Amino acid sequence: MELNTRLKNVAVVGAAGKMGRGICLLMTDLIANLQLNSPNKLGYKITMVDVSDDALSGLLEYLRSQLRKYAEKNINNLRKAYASRKDLVENGEMIDEFINGAMLLPRPTTLLEAAKDATIVFEAAIENIDIKNQIYATLDKVCSKDTFYYTNTSSMPIAELEKVGGLKGRIMGVHFYNPPPVQKLVEMIISKNTRPEVKEAAYEIGKMLKKTLIPSNDVAGFIGNGHFMRDGLHAIGEVEALQKIGMKMYEGIYALNRVSQDFMIRPMGIFQLIDYVGLDVYQLILQVMKKHLNDKELHSQLIDEMIKQDVKGGQFADGSQKDGFLKYEKNRPVGVYCTKEKKYILFTENNWTKAIDEKLGEVPTGYQPWKALLSDKGKDKKLEAYFTSMKSMNTTGATLAWKYLLRSKEIAHFLKNSGVTDDVENVNGVLMNGFYHLYGPVNKYY
Amino acid sequence: MTRKFPKDVFITAGFNTISLGSGRKEFNPKKPRPGIAQYVAEAGKGAVKQINSPANIDECVVANFMAGRFVHQGHLGAFAALIDDSLEYKPSTRVEGACCSGGLGLVASMKNVLSGLSDVSMTVGIEVQNSVKAIYGADILAGAGYYDGTRKDGHAFYFPSLFADKAKAFYQKYGEEKARKAMATWYANAIQNARLCPEAQENHNTDPDPFSTGMTPPNPKAFLDGINVFDCSKVSDGGSAIILATREGLKKIGKSEKDSVQIAGYGHCVADITKVASDLTCLETTRRAVEQAYAMAGVTPADIGIFECHDCFTITGLLSLEAAGFCTAGKSTEFVIDGKSRRDGILPTNSSGGLIGFGHYTGGTGVRQAVDILRHLTGTAGTYQVAVDPKRPYGLMISMGGNDRTVVAFVFKKVA
Ligand SMILES: NC(=O)c1ccc[n+]([C@@H]2O[C@H](COP(=O)([O-])OP(=O)(O)OC[C@H]3O[C@@H](n4cnc5c(N)ncnc54)[C@H](O)[C@@H]3O)[C@@H](O)[C@H]2O)c1
Repeated sequence: MELNTRLKNVAVVGAAGKMGRGICLLMTDLIANLQLNSPNKLGYKITMVDVSDDALSGLLEYLRSQLRKYAEKNINNLRKAYASRKDLVENGEMIDEFINGAMLLPRPTTLLEAAKDATIVFEAAIENIDIKNQIYATLDKVCSKDTFYYTNTSSMPIAELEKVGGLKGRIMGVHFYNPPPVQKLVEMIISKNTRPEVKEAAYEIGKMLKKTLIPSNDVAGFIGNGHFMRDGLHAIGEVEALQKIGMKMYEGIYALNRVSQDFMIRPMGIFQLIDYVGLDVYQLILQVMKKHLNDKELHSQLIDEMIKQDVKGGQFADGSQKDGFLKYEKNRPVGVYCTKEKKYILFTENNWTKAIDEKLGEVPTGYQPWKALLSDKGKDKKLEAYFTSMKSMNTTGATLAWKYLLRSKEIAHFLKNSGVTDDVENVNGVLMNGFYHLYGPVNKYY
Repeated sequence: MTRKFPKDVFITAGFNTISLGSGRKEFNPKKPRPGIAQYVAEAGKGAVKQINSPANIDECVVANFMAGRFVHQGHLGAFAALIDDSLEYKPSTRVEGACCSGGLGLVASMKNVLSGLSDVSMTVGIEVQNSVKAIYGADILAGAGYYDGTRKDGHAFYFPSLFADKAKAFYQKYGEEKARKAMATWYANAIQNARLCPEAQENHNTDPDPFSTGMTPPNPKAFLDGINVFDCSKVSDGGSAIILATREGLKKIGKSEKDSVQIAGYGHCVADITKVASDLTCLETTRRAVEQAYAMAGVTPADIGIFECHDCFTITGLLSLEAAGFCTAGKSTEFVIDGKSRRDGILPTNSSGGLIGFGHYTGGTGVRQAVDILRHLTGTAGTYQVAVDPKRPYGLMISMGGNDRTVVAFVFKKVA
């Protein structure tokens, strides 16, 4: 079946979730455009499955408002595509026409069986093996034996999901990053059985979506979480080590968050990133990886304790940040959680952060914030000089940062050596495109 | 035959509101903002405060381009009574001529007082454009072109694209590098002037290097080839008001000729809106309107001490200098690059920022230009006052509608 024909019938399962709604939007944009440029405009649909009706209405509202933004941005293409439509003259008329056409594509439903005609399924249901297995079992029963399945799982081996029914070879990981419409990176995970045509179609779609596609092997956690989980565990380990030499835990969390953000010039500190992902999600992925990789190290008592105290991070429905390791006001950290006192210690209380900052010492010479370097064409030279000066320093901050950088590099090599990727460049690619690092962990600076 | 005014007509008591839109700190697209009613009232009250009693105004003209589409409001003449109760049951008329609406509003008031039926006529020019996003605003503004004939095949950003075509034709004929430099200089001058004028939309601009910003290479993917967004005037809400009066009228409202400026000459002509100019690098309609105004005033470009042109785009600024005879074809680039149009140059031009720096509430812009010339010639422009050469006590303004289709030009003269 040709890809364009296949794309006439797409389903998204878990459609109303964080990832699902983004994938729904990408698919609606893409297919509405295909439809626009195809002589026969009939027969396209996107079945959007989720468990809650309310969430599905919310999804439609989200799609409508996002489609408008998309159409406004693409007005030049719309003007071309509608050139022969005499009734459409103005930008506004064409934008409305496009939205109205695109909004005929989504078929929201709580009934999984409604996806029966789908020839491509994107699955982004919650990260739970039983639920995912159940979904695939049902789909395998109602869909054609030619349907391709693309799962968004963050951690489960594809081979695991593949075991269900006759899915063999027709499933692979297409791991979008959050939020899918914005994030350029997609990790492409092939199991040893994945059929070439399933892979080709995924790459073709990825290209149409103008994504950066990076292959990963089918090892739990893949590249992104393979690095991120261990990177986070390193920071937690350092906090615990600092505790042994007299720093309070919340002080250590503050220190490592600063080291990873400022000293290492990353877009956000490691604890802020874990909060963004959600401590529960972090814990869950650790569990899945631990089980599949049989690695006892993939566990954190601190994370377990935090979740026990119901501190989870993640986002509110409006996208604003929930409190986790850090407390947030207007999405900016203002305090750190103390598990002992079960409350947040604000940065402003008794100036305690100043004492920690002094302990860490100055950032190395040549420091520029991540944002300033991001679009700096000369950043390569600047980073080189910066890390050289870091290496020569023996302040606490520089030492912690240096150790952290080496650990991150070690993780990258480990991912290669343990077969998660065939090339450390892929790790660099994932971290730079998916995590917005300015430099990959394997580089010429250190 | 040179035309002559049957009576002397003066402009006096001018007022500009803030030009509200992106760039102003108080502008928030998500918060409610003043509408047509508020702007007519604010601008009008600002003018009548400067005369003895609003009751002495005989009639009003409300100039506006597209309120019917921007805010779904027609029947604008009847807003005049919001300015003062005494204006109720007096005549008030709305005039429209695209971005030349303000210029036409001045002509209408001038003719009111010349008719002998009135001595004092107030023109209020207003527009509210931030009611829609730019992409939809482009549709509305495209109504200044020949809609049935050209909108369908036009660019999403219809007018910017027409002027990008002009810019490209100009580049081809006279060299791109120099032209881009002159356009960026135009932009930098606009910003510098706007920073001195408290009502200007770019008054809060803090760009340390506006010239470099102006030099940003055009990007056809994001906008257009030929011009960049800094070459364009702003999307603005606001209003301006000014009073036109005969000598008797001035007495009636308690204004002296010293507080006023005389209309020495004017020109007003239209070109066929269904056609395009044969030479994209020449503003022929503008040239003719200015020529009429000069002839009526008995002046030449060398007599003009201050200039207000309709720089809807930087390229229009350059072409206006040529059309008004301040330099020959293709030489406006040097004129601008050499600093002659700067506020301290030989011909201070658009000294409150022009349409690019002050802002462009379309229907009000022509009125705003007259207010600025009045202020400069009477020495009342405050923080943005320029020194006008006393040997050249004339001000020229050009109000242009559409793609050089309707043009009004005025030559004003300081008399006392
Ligand atoms: N959030 C991230 O940053 C991120 C990034 C990459 C990949 N992922 C992966 O994407 C998937 C979804 O994650 P999320 O963050 O969007 O979670 P989410 O909780 O926001 O969304 C999951 C959705 O699945 C729905 N769902 C639950 N059971 C279902 C069922 N039986 N049938 C249909 N829908 C069902 C839920 O109602 C919910 O809307 C997971 O596999 C996750 O690992 C998440």
